[in-house]
Amino acid sequence: MNADGCWKCGQAPHDSLFCRFCNTLQPPSQDYYRFFELDRQLSIDLSDLQRRYYSLSRLVHPDHFARGTPNEKRFALDATAILNDAFRTLRDPVARAEYVLREEGIEAAHDGAKRVPPELLEEVFEVRTALEGDAAARATLASSLDRFRALRGQADRELETLFQQYDAEGGRDTLANVRATLDRRKYIANLIEELEAGLPSPGFL
Amino acid sequence: MSDPKQIDFSGAGDHPLSPASQTASHHTPMSDLLQIDFSAVREPKIVGIDLGTTNSLVAFMDLTGPEIIPGEDGARLVPSIVSLNASGETVVGNAARELLLTQPERTVYSVKRLMGRGAGDVQDELRLFPFRVAEESETVIRLELGERTFTPPEISAIILRQLKRNAEAFLGEPVPRAVITVPAYFNDAQRQATRDAGRIAGLEVVRLVNEPTAAALAYGLDKRKTGVITVYDLGGGTFDISILRLHEGIFEVLATNGDTHLGGDDIDNRMLRVALEDIQSEWGEDLSADGHAVQLLRRAVIDAKERLSFVPATSIQLEFRGKKYEREITREVFEKLILDIVDRTLGPCRSCIRDAGVSAEQIDEVVLVGGSTRIPMVRRAVEVLFRARPHTELNPDEVVALGAAVQAGILAGKVDDQLLLDVTPLSLGIETLGGTVSKLIHRNSTIPASATEVFTTAVDGQTNVLIHVLQGERELAKDCRSLARFDLKDVEPMPAGAARIEVRFLIDANGILNVAARDIRTGREQNVEVKPSYGLTDEQVEAMIQESMQMAESDFHERQVRDARVEADRILSAVEKAKLSPAYLELAGDEKRQIEDALRQLQTVYHADDHLSIRAQMEALDKATQGLAEKMMDQAVSAALKGTKI
Repeated sequence: MNADGCWKCGQAPHDSLFCRFCNTLQPPSQDYYRFFELDRQLSIDLSDLQRRYYSLSRLVHPDHFARGTPNEKRFALDATAILNDAFRTLRDPVARAEYVLREEGIEAAHDGAKRVPPELLEEVFEVRTALEGDAAARATLASSLDRFRALRGQADRELETLFQQYDAEGGRDTLANVRATLDRRKYIANLIEELEAGLPSPGFL
Repeated sequence: MSDPKQIDFSGAGDHPLSPASQTASHHTPMSDLLQIDFSAVREPKIVGIDLGTTNSLVAFMDLTGPEIIPGEDGARLVPSIVSLNASGETVVGNAARELLLTQPERTVYSVKRLMGRGAGDVQDELRLFPFRVAEESETVIRLELGERTFTPPEISAIILRQLKRNAEAFLGEPVPRAVITVPAYFNDAQRQATRDAGRIAGLEVVRLVNEPTAAALAYGLDKRKTGVITVYDLGGGTFDISILRLHEGIFEVLATNGDTHLGGDDIDNRMLRVALEDIQSEWGEDLSADGHAVQLLRRAVIDAKERLSFVPATSIQLEFRGKKYEREITREVFEKLILDIVDRTLGPCRSCIRDAGVSAEQIDEVVLVGGSTRIPMVRRAVEVLFRARPHTELNPDEVVALGAAVQAGILAGKVDDQLLLDVTPLSLGIETLGGTVSKLIHRNSTIPASATEVFTTAVDGQTNVLIHVLQGERELAKDCRSLARFDLKDVEPMPAGAARIEVRFLIDANGILNVAARDIRTGREQNVEVKPSYGLTDEQVEAMIQESMQMAESDFHERQVRDARVEADRILSAVEKAKLSPAYLELAGDEKRQIEDALRQLQTVYHADDHLSIRAQMEALDKATQGLAEKMMDQAVSAALKGTKI
């Protein structure tokens, strides 16, 4: 990560948060997986991730460098911002998959999540009509909401299988499937949000 | 409470004593040894400050734990009230509280509600304040006190300076740095205004800490190693709710919510309005325009409110211009009166539970913070919502300042087993085409947090790009709070869309936004000019720091002139007296003339505003009267030998 060696003692290049020779905080890696010292796998053990997050926070948080040099303060702030961004991304399966796809150069199609999945065309049309209708029409949407929630759950399970497949075999075909499943899931999730906003609230908790 | 002269070995251990103090100690008697000042070899303390709507406090981390620092009068709370007295000096705290009654139009309270706001935001409540708002208060409010105007950060700085003085007197050493608490739901402008206040007061603000999180730190947490706790903080002017996960000394905030315009003030104002109407129907007289009467009545309703937390019924009493008003009020009536105010805290609580991803049953403990949580109805509402009996062991007025001192200890390296991971309360976004907001950092993201966005130009040869940054949850820019406009300047002129400027938005551990930009093609840092939508610019803050330093200097100067005049008075009267002694008559005409000249010159510079020339003339007079003094001494001695009195 640091081809020129440690910024402080100038020792040989290394690949860790702290210099192996003088134990000084180094400019942080921008790579989320590398930061957590994890292989780039799509399936992640969340309790292990949380443990790593807490112990890394203890190491790099700006609170511990309040009395440090300006360089150390800057690196602590940068490192902790990346650590927090990385934790937020990796703990969420969808955000994590999006991150890996981006790193692998598979960009989201511009309107990927806007295209109606073909098998849902008819139902989506009915839902949209009801959403624009009166209260009685909107009340019929409760069952659609349940069905779309089930579909979202199904997409999550599909993603899980694809994650395992990619982690075992790799392959860009699998990633392309991940991409398509993510777009479909995003479309359904947006629809659920619209339905939830359109339906009378079921009350608190 | 520890003795302020106590030697603190905690810092001294890391540093060898300087040779000077070692030699000195050889000759120092035992009694002085106990007073050796280690401040030269020890880092100055960082204090923790709770800059509250109603009261402010300062605390420090003692060897045994956090301690509140009392003022010279022994009071632990400094009322957040500032008054400008008749001679133009600012008065803070309890003294200003008295002036609020006699000169309400020259006195400010609850200024925290005006921090980081424009006049347009606070029209409603300004009607209840006795002071006036000056023109040109759109981006920062300017308050007219007598012949001067102050911005809210300047008023807050006056309070902070008092706390700084209290801490310095108590600790016996300079206090240059502080942790200051802010409501968790404060936006960027309100946080910046608080940091500006610290700078104007001559404090380096090492960290802004959210009040509910500070309270959680103060509650310490060896009590429970892991678990989920909620902090419900209803203060004088602000309401916060935070949910935290505790894990072996790490305090991870899961979500926060609140209302920066909801607190005990609202209850006071409600009661005040009702009492004013009541008096009008009884006396046939509207007192609301009489600042003195309103402040007397305000204090009466606050007293009644506070008593109702302990007794089921009390009365509001006012004596004004020989008339007497007395109204019985029961807790039941009081609760009906404030029901909707208490209810307003519940919506943010529910949102916070949802955002934290926990259920009410999963919350192990609830902590109450802020004076308004003494109201039994508030406690009941919290119990019902969270299904847990809340903690009230620590004084709700002091717990935030104590927590700020703990965080100061963490930053000073004195506390190493605890770590706070806080969140940003509001989403951060940029305005896109069509006036919608594109969110970059979502609310409840752990801070520091960052987001990167690439910008380009829309027309050929365009040399600057304007980015409008907002805070809030709504979809449209007009419904969010404008934070600032960032102007990327000196962009290389190119065809439209060819420039690629990467902008990094970073919310630091204070919850304050920092922006840096880089030209991707050249890798060069891009010039960014910040135009804050609310609050002071850096230049304005610098000017205020200068002004406050000059004011401190002019105070100092005034004192020096006054001291010099006192001494001049003494020497002038001594010389006038000496002129009546027989010794004076024996002086040569020349010498007498010299004395007369020196006398006249001292009298001339006496009224000038320059202590140096006063002192120079005093010296000249002293020299001119040396012969006279010797003669008088000789005569006194020979008179004494003869046994006669002169």
